[in-house]
Amino acid sequence: MRFLDTFFDGAVMARYLPDLISAIWVTLYLAVVIVAAGLALGLALACLRTLGSKWLNVPIIIFADLGRAIPPLVVILIFYFGLPGLGITLSGQLVIVLVLGAVLAAFAEEIFWAGLTSLSAGQWEAGRATGLTFGQTLFSIALPQAVRLAIPPLVNRALAITKMTALGSVIGVKEILAVSSSAQSFSGSATPLTMAALAYLAIFIPVVIASRLIERRFSWSI
Amino acid sequence: MQDFIELFFNLDIMAQTLPLLLKGFWVTLQLCAVVIGLGLAGGLALAVAALSPSRWLRWSAIGFIDFFRALPPLVLLVFVFSGLPFAGLELSPFMAVVVAFLLNNSAYYAEVFRAGLRSVPGGQAEAARATGLSPTQTLASVVLPQAVRNVLPDLLSNTVEVVKLTSLASVVSLSELLYAANMARSVTYNSSPLVLAALIYLALLWPLVRLISRYQRGLAAH
Repeated sequence: MRFLDTFFDGAVMARYLPDLISAIWVTLYLAVVIVAAGLALGLALACLRTLGSKWLNVPIIIFADLGRAIPPLVVILIFYFGLPGLGITLSGQLVIVLVLGAVLAAFAEEIFWAGLTSLSAGQWEAGRATGLTFGQTLFSIALPQAVRLAIPPLVNRALAITKMTALGSVIGVKEILAVSSSAQSFSGSATPLTMAALAYLAIFIPVVIASRLIERRFSWSI
Repeated sequence: MQDFIELFFNLDIMAQTLPLLLKGFWVTLQLCAVVIGLGLAGGLALAVAALSPSRWLRWSAIGFIDFFRALPPLVLLVFVFSGLPFAGLELSPFMAVVVAFLLNNSAYYAEVFRAGLRSVPGGQAEAARATGLSPTQTLASVVLPQAVRNVLPDLLSNTVEVVKLTSLASVVSLSELLYAANMARSVTYNSSPLVLAALIYLALLWPLVRLISRYQRGLAAH
């Protein structure tokens, strides 16, 4: 009974539910923007890499390596606490979107690129031989196949990175974890943290299950 | 430009705070050793359970994996660190991180091991059993080595994620690398310690990230 009172206190739940619901919207909004921006940028960078120019490839590879090797929280703190010293003050939300969007772009670029390189050279040659331009070959022949290969790892990566919106709590973004942490210290009850966990599960369990179905659906292709 | 170098690449401040950061780095390495070891062990056990013939065992393992894949690691960590004391279970920051990451990492490693174990043809285990090996011997000396080789890139990239994830421990004031760097930042009013921390993470993880890209390309060549 004490357990229920501590973690599932009905009165506390009712009191903080409105705050939590607006926080859920913030998390969802951040997630959508990050996924859209990250995937678009990652795809664009992978396409640029097919041009084979050293001046483009070296910066792209460095960007992808940095994005994959540095913990996002380090970059978030650098942006949030460091940039104001240069006169650039970004809101917590913007920092989260920029950093996590860039990290997702780094991973997505590598995943799309792995998909593109896995196609045999004959695909490109056949496309060009039938009179398609380089751009047409890329967009109508290479990319559709590469994207198919990329979908399962991309879903997993996008899921991992949207979960990181919880890092916003460290720099004052009013998303689910931040709102429920402060509710926990105001109410002196662990219930808001339970609510946060339930909210995340409600959002992400369907995504996890969808990722299983997608993996099964595309498993023949590798 | 001068301001930028002064604020982010101040060598005097970096040299001054390096001993503090190295102390933090040592904690990060210890934390990595513990959470990677436990995560691998837990993940393997879960993966075996998720492939067991018993339906009950299989579904509880998959339920466990999906539950912890849906929960953001930081939410889990905050719950363990600030929620469990309400139930009378108070953990030190180090133990809280170990418990939270054991749950989270096992789920991720389990998915990798599961894919690996499934990639080994059933005839291998049957042949091993027919020659008189016990089920444990079959798993340890016949199936597992092949499974691990098949998913080595995924195991590696998951391990890189785990190392980056240890930076979240700074949120519960465990004095690992990022915590030390952020302390140094607030004392010196300068972001160079954070940049130095990023460089240390980079030195540790860049070789692994390169290796993973090499692997992906290698797979593509087959």
